[in-house]
Amino acid sequence: MKKFQKIMSLMLASAMIMTMLAGCSNSNDASNADSAAAETTETAGEETAESTDTTAASSDGAAFKIGAIGPATGGAAVYGIAVQNGADLAIKEINAAGGINGYQIEYNFQDDECDNEKSVNAYNTLKDWGMQMLVGTTTSGCCIAVAAESANDNLFQITPSGSSVDCINGNDNVFQVCFTDPNQGVGAAQYIGTNGVAEKVAVIYDSSDVYSSGIYEKFAQEAANQPFEIVASEAFTADNKTDFSVQLQKAKDAGADLVFLPIYYTEASLILTQANAMGYTPKFFGCDGLDGILNVENFDTALAEGVMLLTPFAADAEDEATKAFVSAYVESYGDTPNQFAADAYDAVYILKAAIEQCGATPDDSVSDLCEKLKAVMPEITVDGLTGEAMSWDTDGAVNKSPKAMEIVNGNYSLIQ
Amino acid sequence: MKKLKINKNLKDNLITYGIIIIAYVIMQIMIKTGHVSSLMQGLLVPLCVYIILAVSLNLTVGILGELSLGHAGFMCVGAFTGAFFSKCMQDIITIDILRFVIAILIGAISAGIIGLLIGMPVLRLKGDYLAIVTLAFGEIIKNIINVLYIGKDSRGLHFSMKDSLSLGLDAEGTVIINGAQGITGTPKNSTFTIGVILIIITLFIVLNLIHSRDGRAIMSIRDNLIAAESIGINITKYKLMAFSISASLAGIAGVLYSHNLSSLMATPKNFGYNMSIMILVFVVLGGIGNIRGSIISAVILTLLPEVLRGLSNYRMLIYSIVLIVMMLFNWSPKLINLREKYSLKRLFKKPKEVQ
Repeated sequence: MKKFQKIMSLMLASAMIMTMLAGCSNSNDASNADSAAAETTETAGEETAESTDTTAASSDGAAFKIGAIGPATGGAAVYGIAVQNGADLAIKEINAAGGINGYQIEYNFQDDECDNEKSVNAYNTLKDWGMQMLVGTTTSGCCIAVAAESANDNLFQITPSGSSVDCINGNDNVFQVCFTDPNQGVGAAQYIGTNGVAEKVAVIYDSSDVYSSGIYEKFAQEAANQPFEIVASEAFTADNKTDFSVQLQKAKDAGADLVFLPIYYTEASLILTQANAMGYTPKFFGCDGLDGILNVENFDTALAEGVMLLTPFAADAEDEATKAFVSAYVESYGDTPNQFAADAYDAVYILKAAIEQCGATPDDSVSDLCEKLKAVMPEITVDGLTGEAMSWDTDGAVNKSPKAMEIVNGNYSLIQ
Repeated sequence: MKKLKINKNLKDNLITYGIIIIAYVIMQIMIKTGHVSSLMQGLLVPLCVYIILAVSLNLTVGILGELSLGHAGFMCVGAFTGAFFSKCMQDIITIDILRFVIAILIGAISAGIIGLLIGMPVLRLKGDYLAIVTLAFGEIIKNIINVLYIGKDSRGLHFSMKDSLSLGLDAEGTVIINGAQGITGTPKNSTFTIGVILIIITLFIVLNLIHSRDGRAIMSIRDNLIAAESIGINITKYKLMAFSISASLAGIAGVLYSHNLSSLMATPKNFGYNMSIMILVFVVLGGIGNIRGSIISAVILTLLPEVLRGLSNYRMLIYSIVLIVMMLFNWSPKLINLREKYSLKRLFKKPKEVQ
């Protein structure tokens, strides 16, 4: 038995070294028949690259390689898949229209499971693939971790929805499509203040979420300068987000006539349902996370009537660009796009505008490309789905005006 | 006879150290010659982290014989104290390596102290009860860190459990631990070399402990508590010793983990019970009490999902199937019989026995 263990451990040790080698030989060309495993991974990788982008083969080799990262599995998969599809749609459109400056785009999306460590792994995988620009990452926490790596490599990164300030702080190669969290918090507070929506405000937020607590903090800071008062601020965490009766009761007891919900729509739909059940009918006000609340299963959309939200994108908007995007998206992926898909779609078009502005080619090294793009980002303005005349500062934050929406008759309508 | 046995232990240990050193040398050569993909290079430090975690948990599970499901909690303590120290001292101690070594020590000591504090009430329980209570403590640690706000300004450190606004920092103050948003901007000091050195230190501590007088006392508690007590072994002392050493080694792994990523958050994914169970899977798969097995299974199970990335979302499915197959292959009695029947050992040994 002892001997057997020895042999077994020897075998496992060799297996370990083999796996290491298998991981390593990925960087070599496929002719290096070091181990079968490496080849299967490589061919599989090529297949996905090909299947996601069929037109890439038609170009003569030179193509821009755009990578994207987001959670495609796990609890946050909705957002990652939206980004994956949004970017995919934009790239297909661009390729069909002749590419950027005549060069086609190749696209590769990697799953990060909404985990910082996995996100860095996904980033390294994309680097091995030959990524030149990154559309990602989808979630803020991962974005901070990946931004440190991409800044180190000087690789151009544009995040569709990584809204934390730390994503762009100190990394001049990272740009955002979405608002930063502070902007959303300040924007919401100013909107409520200047329009006199309410006098007593309660906040229910997710303290375990960067997005939610980031908005809340700035909202609370800005509220001090506004003519309303925060009478209750109640937190919940990712571990107990099904029963909100305590938080709602406190808001009710404090006499709040508006409840600010800087959270995602799944929890917001529960809050609306539970508030209705206890006969509490304040005005509800949210940020872009509430976009999608009308599509929650088994949710009575009548309850969302009158909910106000600041969001850059609404799938029901009447303008031509949004209509075209929504119908193309539904046709390709069978799902109504949310704000994340629109952000990713815009991110790709922003990259296109920036590349056209600086005249970069796929032959530029990653670092040269990044320098060129960094230089032109403050010069360009892009009209996208999530904002008109978007422009950027050198620090990477976007300038666009938030749109305030109100849900009327089961539809989002713009408040003028 | 006695001398022979010591030699056997020594030989066994040397094989374990040898595997690590050979793997390290091979990797270094391959990195130098440019044969390593960026993915693989990025995975080297996490591999070291998981190896240390698996080896340290094996001390509790395999040697002490108590099922602990709170290992990620100790890792969390180490990660946050280490990163907190580095973030505070970034401008004061400018020599990276010195600061990192102190951070590792601080992480190890604080995780060890927490291990001791938790161990005192918890180790009175046995079996499933102990597993559940350690699970709960792991979650408590994670949740406390999620509501902890610490800031620094010219007047010193500020603490709060509410939000970062109530810290009352002056204009130049910075928030170091920002509740659920954790610590951002930890200096990236972890390297593969430091990771391997830490693995060897961990192995040195654990292997020497196992083969020492104290180690034999700990194992006697595992084998028969009443018998051990009857011959005058101080059960509480040895249990606590094994538990807190295991915790402080997990703290070391935490420091290594936190200095590898620039953003550190205590999410259910990295410091929750999922992670604790993941580490336990390494230990069980590698063989309870088998240190070398823990190392190998930690490496394989960490690499597997990444190597399978080419299969996109199917990799999760394949990973689980591989895990089930490996468990069955290693531990099913029928398969063990089958393997013994057709094992290499038998093929080699048969002729000898005939003679």
